[in-house]
Amino acid sequence: MDIAGQNLAIKSARDLGVVACTRCTKVWPAGTATCGRCGKALVARDEKSLQRVWALWLVGLMCYVPANMYPMLQTRTLLSVQEDTIVGGAVELMHHGAVGVAVIILIASVVIPLAKFMAIAFLAISVTRPSSVSNHHRQLLYEVVEYIGRWSMIDIFVVAIMSSLVQLNTLAAVNPGRASLFFALSVIFTMLSAQAFDSRMIWDVQAKQKGAPEE
Amino acid sequence: MTSPQPIPLDTLIVCPHCDAAYQLQRPGVGEKAKCQRCGTVLITPRRKAGLQIIAVSLAVAILIVAATVFPFLTIKAGGTANSVSILDAALAFSDGPLIALALTTAALIIFIPLTRVLLSIYVLVPIVLDRPPARGATQAFRLSEALRPWSMAEIFAIGCAVALTKISDLADVAFGPAFWMFAALVVLVVVQDNFLCRWSVWTSLDKT
Repeated sequence: MDIAGQNLAIKSARDLGVVACTRCTKVWPAGTATCGRCGKALVARDEKSLQRVWALWLVGLMCYVPANMYPMLQTRTLLSVQEDTIVGGAVELMHHGAVGVAVIILIASVVIPLAKFMAIAFLAISVTRPSSVSNHHRQLLYEVVEYIGRWSMIDIFVVAIMSSLVQLNTLAAVNPGRASLFFALSVIFTMLSAQAFDSRMIWDVQAKQKGAPEE
Repeated sequence: MTSPQPIPLDTLIVCPHCDAAYQLQRPGVGEKAKCQRCGTVLITPRRKAGLQIIAVSLAVAILIVAATVFPFLTIKAGGTANSVSILDAALAFSDGPLIALALTTAALIIFIPLTRVLLSIYVLVPIVLDRPPARGATQAFRLSEALRPWSMAEIFAIGCAVALTKISDLADVAFGPAFWMFAALVVLVVVQDNFLCRWSVWTSLDKT
C-alpha cells in the first residue's frame, strides 16, 4: 500500500518549505538546524556533499592502485615461495584449469571495484547537469552501488580465512600480502564516498528539467 | 508553491532518499508504506515485531560469542591438521602494519554485529514493555543505525565458501561446530534487519 495525497503531483519537502531528517524522517520547518528527535544536522540539500564524495572517491582510487601492484597472497610450499597479485593470482588459477573461480575473482576484485568508481563518478557528475539517464535508473544505480560496496570486503575475508587456515608447518603456508591493507582501505573509502552522496539531488534535476519552479 | 497556511508537520512523511513529501497514513499490520517515486520502504509495521526482534537479537548475541570461541574450520593435509576459530581468521593479519587490518576485520565480523544486537535489545526492551525509553536510547539507536553498513557477518560467510573452493583441491577441509552456528547467525541477522521498522522505533522514542 502506498501513502500519499493521491491527486497531487509528488512534491519534495523543500518545495513545501519544510526540511526532513534523513535519518529518522521527522519533518521540521525549513531552517531548523538539527533534528529534535535524533539530533542529526538538517539541510534541505547537502550542497557540500559532492566535495566529500569526490575527495573520498579519489582516496579510494589512490588506494586501489597499490592494491593491484603489491602481492595479495604469499603462498609458501615445500619447494617454493610464490607471491601473487590479485590479477596474477587469477591468471595462475586459469592456468591450473580453474577458469570458473578465476572469473569470479576477476569480477569481484577488478570489474566490480572499477564499475563502482565509474558509477559514483557518473552519479556525482549527473546531478550537476541535465542527464539523459532517467532518475529511476540513477536511483537504482545508487542503491546498487551502496549495496554492492560492502560486498567487496569479501576478498579481504577470503585472504584472512586462507591465511589463518593454511598454516601447515613446513608443508604449506599462506600469508597475507601488503595489497590486502590497501584493498581494504579502498573498499572503505569507496563506501564512505557513496554514503556521502546526497541522493535527494538526483530528483531535483528532474524538477528542473520539467520547468518546475526552482528556489 | 508554498501554501499560505502553515503545514501541519506531524501529518507529513518525507522519503529520506528522494525528499518526496506525503500525507502520513499509517499502513495496517503486515502492509508496507512505500515511496511512490523511488520505492523506498518508509513504514513496515509487524505484529509483535519488537518481541521477535528481541528474541532474535538474544539468539544472535549468544551465537556470535559461541561461534567466536569454538573451532570454525579444520584443514588436513599430509598428516598435519590445523583448526581455526573465527577470531583466528580475523586476526590472521597480525604482523607489522597489517595489525590495523586485523583489528578492522575482527570489528567487521564480530564486534560490530555484536554491538548492534546489544544496542537493539537495549532500545527495544522498554518500547515493547510500554515503558519510557531507556536512558540514551536515542543515541543507542543512532549508533546502531550508523553501524549497519559496517556489520559484515553475512559477507564473511560467503567469503568462507569462496575460500573453501580455493583450498579444497589443496587439502581436506572439515567444518567445526562454529561454522554451522555462523551459518544460522547470518540468517538471523538478515531476519532481524528486515523485521525492524525504523520509523516505528523513532516514533516510539519520540514519545518522551
